[in-house]
Amino acid sequence: MTPEEGQGADDRRMNRMPAALACAHARTRRRVFTLAFAAALLGGLALATGASADLLTPESGGSSNADDIDTLYKIVLAVATVIFIGVEGVLVYSLVKFRAKKHAVAAQIRGNTRLEIGWTLGATVVLVVLAVVTFAMLGGIRTPPNSDKDGFATPVVDNIRGASAFQPRPPNGRSLNIKVNGQRYSWRYTYPAKANVPEQQKVAAYVEMVVPTKTTVTLDIDAQDVAHSWWIPALGGKFDAVPGHTNFTWFKIDKPGVYRGQCAELCGRNHADMVAQVRAVEPAEFKTWLEAKKREIDENNAGALKRREADAKAAATPAKEAP
Amino acid sequence: MAAVDTPVRIPEITAHDVAPEATGWVSWVTTTDHKRIGIMYLVTTFVFFLLGGVEALLMRIQLGAPDNTFLTPSTYNALFTLHGTTMVFLFVVPIMAGFANYFLPLMIGARDMAFPKLNALSYWLLLAGGIVFYGSLFFSPPEAGWTSYAPLSSSAFSPTSGIDAWIFLIHLTGISSLLGAINFYATIANMRAPGMGWGRLPLFVWSILVYAILLILALPVIAGAVTLLLTDRHFGTGFFDQSQGGDPLLWQHLFWFFGHPEVYIMILPGFGIISEVLPVFARKPIFGYKAIAASTVTIAFLAMLVWAHHMFATPSATIVLVFFMISSFLIAIPTGVKIFNWVATLWRGTIEFKTPLIFSVGFISVFLIGGITGVFLAVFPVDWQLTDTYFVVAHLHYVLVGGSVFAIFAGIYYWFPKMTGRMLGESMGKWSFGFMYIGFNVTFLIQHAIGLDGMPRRVYEYPDVGNLAIYNLISTVGSFILAIGIGLTVVNVVRSLKVGVKAGPDPWKANTLEWFTPSPPPVNNFDIIPRVRSVEPMKDVRRQVARQTGVAVELGADPAMSEPRA
Repeated sequence: MTPEEGQGADDRRMNRMPAALACAHARTRRRVFTLAFAAALLGGLALATGASADLLTPESGGSSNADDIDTLYKIVLAVATVIFIGVEGVLVYSLVKFRAKKHAVAAQIRGNTRLEIGWTLGATVVLVVLAVVTFAMLGGIRTPPNSDKDGFATPVVDNIRGASAFQPRPPNGRSLNIKVNGQRYSWRYTYPAKANVPEQQKVAAYVEMVVPTKTTVTLDIDAQDVAHSWWIPALGGKFDAVPGHTNFTWFKIDKPGVYRGQCAELCGRNHADMVAQVRAVEPAEFKTWLEAKKREIDENNAGALKRREADAKAAATPAKEAP
Repeated sequence: MAAVDTPVRIPEITAHDVAPEATGWVSWVTTTDHKRIGIMYLVTTFVFFLLGGVEALLMRIQLGAPDNTFLTPSTYNALFTLHGTTMVFLFVVPIMAGFANYFLPLMIGARDMAFPKLNALSYWLLLAGGIVFYGSLFFSPPEAGWTSYAPLSSSAFSPTSGIDAWIFLIHLTGISSLLGAINFYATIANMRAPGMGWGRLPLFVWSILVYAILLILALPVIAGAVTLLLTDRHFGTGFFDQSQGGDPLLWQHLFWFFGHPEVYIMILPGFGIISEVLPVFARKPIFGYKAIAASTVTIAFLAMLVWAHHMFATPSATIVLVFFMISSFLIAIPTGVKIFNWVATLWRGTIEFKTPLIFSVGFISVFLIGGITGVFLAVFPVDWQLTDTYFVVAHLHYVLVGGSVFAIFAGIYYWFPKMTGRMLGESMGKWSFGFMYIGFNVTFLIQHAIGLDGMPRRVYEYPDVGNLAIYNLISTVGSFILAIGIGLTVVNVVRSLKVGVKAGPDPWKANTLEWFTPSPPPVNNFDIIPRVRSVEPMKDVRRQVARQTGVAVELGADPAMSEPRA
């Protein structure tokens, strides 16, 4: 064959593809592959050793539903790790063992019905097990427990009618029920009040939610403008705040502390700055806080009323001076 | 090796009985040849891929350090909207149509698509969609993410016309894909070579058949949804406005009813490419042809039934959560079956580590991770922690980069010789893979941890808490390594067009009919279409040649045979 445009050598290499390649580049190839897989594996190992920093698991430790999710996650992770190592292992083994060699002949296997039914059933069994585990743990994650005896004396939730399975409440029906309203770019929390208290006289707070420890707190989550998502990782998962809908979740914190989170559904330009935090305090301290807050709001309302009356009076008197 | 003195008579690769191809840009603009349209698809979508990649790099620079001020929030939001939309609607879905355009007729032994003019229209609508969408850069690009959730996408919260450009893009690319899908379906149903029954259809063609059916089922839904959004925005219809009797969740249901099948629309053709490449380079038949074809169909069926697993955190009844967890589990089974079949195809083969094979193997090893993290997300209580965080970002990139993109690169390296007549440089291809594989894993593996550490997606900045700073820096560094790898392939393609080794009709000694014609194929594809007797017609052809000549000459192995015998 005549070398064309100086490519003769390359052409020849192409033509003797299997044999030539097997010898010439086998080592480089193997090295590249080994390196790539070693890098991936080392990365995985590094992840495994750093598990303490929540590298491998979701945050938890604030409320039992977050802990249960963490446990469920770890069960899935364990199953996943076994499958991952198994499949990648067979893959790497095949690549090393069955690379083209001189005189090697590929086995002309077109399938194996038994084997194929076997791994289909195997995959099914694994997933059935995961489903069963999920159902077993669902109650603890979804349904809030009763408050502790020394928790904050919570009222029977009265501001939501028609409780259903979708709207989890503790068995005795008592919880501190806080309305969470997402609005660009803040969260508003409205605390329960006696019946017939107008909305603007209820205790409300923005960004930081103060709650009592040892007490079940149920949240009714909605949104004022666009969709948001309520998320304090250590207190359980996300619950979207969608305009026109009320979403529900709960948490029960044992020890005082501050738990941070932020809006998890894109809500506009400052979505990244829509933070939230929950500060858990002893029930007695919470009671004090709530009463102080109530006084503050009443005073402000009274002040506002006074100002409005003064403004009204001023408006009623005809203006003497031209602006 | 000397040229074969007496050309093999039967069967013979001949295809030069037609007038020479026209050249010049007019001939490209007016072409209805499926191969030219295929190349236009591939080039156009790859340009959009590079654009989307640059957008991703800009975002990674912004996230490289906590509280960074490199980009403004609105630019950042525009970038992830452009990136997501580009990669889905202007790259992965249409590049699969590009491969299908070029290779589907060749693989089934047809001389063109069923409706060549419609085919050209599909391409031009795609290009128009891309231009309209990127036109928004000159006024106000959309900022509501590729999902454009209502009410954020309503005129009250997105008053500029960026969303309208996005809607226009969905409509134009949607019509383009629908016409393409109908065309693929008609071509596969009617124009197969004699003897090519459904059981002998190449697996890539199976995947395109299912891709087409899924597009036909899913696209009208998104077309309807964006039309409702359009009337909401301009005529006050309030379909997604709760204060007017509408519902923001309706948008999410409609979007994901399309959006999840869309994921499989993007990944199934990739599965098809892998199923073609592996047996060629393992020198072994595909393991479980029927199981792979059947799992493709099963995945498509289940793909229509899993959409609400994107909405586990919305206000939903428990029965909804349970149903969509189970259906998402079910779809993991046929997907797992495919992975097992691919690994079994390598088992006891004689594996030749050519670039297409390496990309395919890379695909299996990373797609597995994407599949497994999908199971985490299907368990809805776990999803409550992981959804809308970087864990999901990592998951979807393991599926769509680790899956689709690696398969696309396998396809580029596998089929480039057929499209251009020249081989892509092997060693540069391997370097490209090395950079891409390491860069990809460095970028995205750590993003699982970023999500578990509490960082939501779609945030333009994050505070310096926990390990977020270092994790994000690692991810940013990885993205540039990945970009180098992609750049190497671009250089490789441009270089090989000029100086690549001549390929000959069948450089890989492959199994399917596209190799039974010179490279690049002439306008009419084949002079004689051989009768198909198995799922690997080229093997039969080679065997027949050996029998008739008594010499085990690999048909087409000699580049001299592919040269025009002028």
